[in-house]
Amino acid sequence: MGHMSRRQLLFTGAAAGGGFLLGLHLEALPRVLAATAKGTQTDFAPNAFVRIDKDGRVTLIMNQVEMGQGTYTSMPMLIAEELEVGLDQVHLEHAPPNDKLYANPIFGDQETGASTSVRAFYEPLRRAGATARTMLVAAAAETWSVGAASCHARRGVVTHTPTGRKLSYGALAEKAAKLPVPAQVALKDPKDFKLIGTPAKRLDTAAKVNGKAEYGIDVRLPGMKIATAAASPVLGGKLVSVDDSKARTIKGVRQIVRLDDAVAVVADHMWAAKQGLAALDIRWDDGQHGKVNTADVVEGLAAAAQTPGVIVRNEGDAPAVLTEATNTLEAVYEVPFLAHATMEPMNCTVRVSPDRCEIWTGTQVITRAQGAAARITGLPLDKVEVHNHYLGGGFGRRLEFDIVTQAVRIAQQVEGPVKVIWTREEDIQHDVYRPYYYDRMAAALNAQGQPVAWMHRIVGPSIIARYLPAAFKNGIDIDGVDGAAQLLYDIPAIRVEYVRHEEPALNTGFWRGVGVTHNNFVIESFVDELAAAAKQDPAAFRRALLRKSPRATAVLDIATQASGWGKPLPAGRGRGVSVLFSEWGSYLAEVAEVSVSKAGEVRVHRVVCAVDCGTVVNPDTVKAQIESGIVFGISGALWGGVTLKNGRVEQSNFHDVRVMRINEAPAIEVHLVRNLEAPGGIGEPGTAVTAAAVSNAVFAVTGKRIRKLPLENQLRSA
Amino acid sequence: MVTLNINGKAHTVDASPDMPLLWALRDLLGMNGTKFGCGVALCGACTVHLDGIPRRSCVMPVSAAAGHSITTIEGVGVTATGKRVQQAWLDLEVIQCGYCQSGQIMAAAALLAKLPAPNDTDIDQAMSGNICRCGTYPRIREAIKRAARKPATARKES
Repeated sequence: MGHMSRRQLLFTGAAAGGGFLLGLHLEALPRVLAATAKGTQTDFAPNAFVRIDKDGRVTLIMNQVEMGQGTYTSMPMLIAEELEVGLDQVHLEHAPPNDKLYANPIFGDQETGASTSVRAFYEPLRRAGATARTMLVAAAAETWSVGAASCHARRGVVTHTPTGRKLSYGALAEKAAKLPVPAQVALKDPKDFKLIGTPAKRLDTAAKVNGKAEYGIDVRLPGMKIATAAASPVLGGKLVSVDDSKARTIKGVRQIVRLDDAVAVVADHMWAAKQGLAALDIRWDDGQHGKVNTADVVEGLAAAAQTPGVIVRNEGDAPAVLTEATNTLEAVYEVPFLAHATMEPMNCTVRVSPDRCEIWTGTQVITRAQGAAARITGLPLDKVEVHNHYLGGGFGRRLEFDIVTQAVRIAQQVEGPVKVIWTREEDIQHDVYRPYYYDRMAAALNAQGQPVAWMHRIVGPSIIARYLPAAFKNGIDIDGVDGAAQLLYDIPAIRVEYVRHEEPALNTGFWRGVGVTHNNFVIESFVDELAAAAKQDPAAFRRALLRKSPRATAVLDIATQASGWGKPLPAGRGRGVSVLFSEWGSYLAEVAEVSVSKAGEVRVHRVVCAVDCGTVVNPDTVKAQIESGIVFGISGALWGGVTLKNGRVEQSNFHDVRVMRINEAPAIEVHLVRNLEAPGGIGEPGTAVTAAAVSNAVFAVTGKRIRKLPLENQLRSA
Repeated sequence: MVTLNINGKAHTVDASPDMPLLWALRDLLGMNGTKFGCGVALCGACTVHLDGIPRRSCVMPVSAAAGHSITTIEGVGVTATGKRVQQAWLDLEVIQCGYCQSGQIMAAAALLAKLPAPNDTDIDQAMSGNICRCGTYPRIREAIKRAARKPATARKES
């Protein structure tokens, strides 16, 4: 990310209606963009970050999607800060698919995930705003035949400072579009920021309190049918036969669509579609995974864990120290498959015609969705339109486009547009799950109780090898080891290994907190084990090991002090702590306070989290994301776990996919450290830091060390 | 044909009597503010008011809703309580993805109409049927208390 500035290039062109269009792209593509800029109005109007029409309307085009994490406020803040417009003056548009214009430089394509939006676009979007403002000011200066330095811009108006003459951005747009793009523009000194770092009201929420916000599932088109689908309950299974005689008699059912691995009922409305699906008599060929149970998956991982992995990090000679040491600890940690359960079930609306494919959905990967539709239909990319929407939750689930693939295949057999909606049961049982991971840990303590060797072997599938193959290098899944490779503890011998082991009975992918969620639970639980073995306070033990990381030490101190660490608690309560650092670049420390009932039910009463994510764009959004991540993390840690029986996912809806409810939610305090370090990720760390804090608190109150999630299963069976 | 009284207006829909109100609202009437989340009354995303009482529209047949006064998220802002709840949601930045929030707001508005000053236990009881995967619960709790305190600003209670 440090190299963005030299790779980026801005371009301009006349926008629809003679306005001013400005965007940013990577330098490999100027010719494509020049051609675009000279094209017809409809060709290029949306392809930019900033569009100012002659009427003065300022439109910001959002390449990073809004799924709750606040990008539709933070991204506009970055642009508006430098463009010198108020957030009350801007209109937002969802970006169309275009990797050339909108690629997230961390991934190389148009993608919202891994808590990257602010990290990736902090400078580029400011530069986009600053360049636009510079050109608008130049246009005003030229109009008045004065020097640009004697003019200033504020709230969409350029003023000639000595005379007070004013011209609005709208009045300047056409002229500005004809000016050369400045090679360099000055970005504001952070001390001059008016928006960045100051709480801003979210721009997306007014429409979310009155039912007007449009999610993918809300799309309505003339003549649209509604379909719901059942895919093979076993991954890789095939459809053998369908008896649809009963379904066809249901009023409103129009068509039964057969795919090789799924059946869909197309109807006038969802009720008919659901009834129709229930009335089908379907026979499946389960294929090769029809006998797989969770225990088989664990057996495979455990066997793989006996083999050495690819070395991810190696300092000192940890195996040798461990062999010679007298005081060693070893442990195996396991975390389960997890479903995402976004509140908006998977859905996608598609209209396929001989020369065109149109898609309406909410996706974190709009160009991947477009590419999939092009491959299925055989149409060129420019004949596949994708209209993005607000996402009713992402959490990594909408980094996958399986729903788009299925909906396009169904739509190929349907006359006119069809909206495919999965039932909650279909959504839970055909997710792309957080993998089951199996970790082997070992450490040695010296006579003073200080760790002198650390070994961490991570065993699991590689999501990166499938998802971003170019990033899968030397056999290392950078996501699978995230948080483990960056271990901050000052230990003289550290070895981190990765064993890739695929378990093909379930599709696996990113879940909120990605690899860090699993690694942080393992690391911070095992560090807690070391502290206990050393008979030291868990926070003091960590603090000593963080001596080389002042930012981590600072958040640990804030969290422990704010939580009252070490002070008496009511009987039956305990505190646990965890610390997080990873590729996100953010430092977190969290203290959870819990009690455990005799039946093994965990109640999390209070969570205190200290966060140093460097430069903050919208402070309230950062706090909200941490609160959100903590609740998500507790749900996963206490209850999350998808299991397989005969190749089938056993869970189906919120009765057995238990997630936190308001009566179970803890009080949460978030303490933000403010500085001007590079921005770190914030959408996921709150989730990743939580399981260990809760589990360590359970240990504090019960003396039970939980090495396998979900926690409550272990407490009940313990 | 079934006639439904929604937000003060009569709508006649061609629906079988057992069709859940949720799908009549969404697919027949195009009122998309009421959300589908689970289909079995486990998540509360589809919450509407029937004569002021919060009900899960995904399991309520239109035949049971006919003859009653139905209020949806599109209409709740007309009431003083609903308006206050919406404003408190915005003031405290409750909302993240927002998908569950129609149901949350409907549940909260019904609670406040019944209990103008709910305590934490009241809030737990009234709101525990509404799942939010973004985990906005601490802010929902505070927003309900704020809405309870704040004087009415809407035009009239209906």
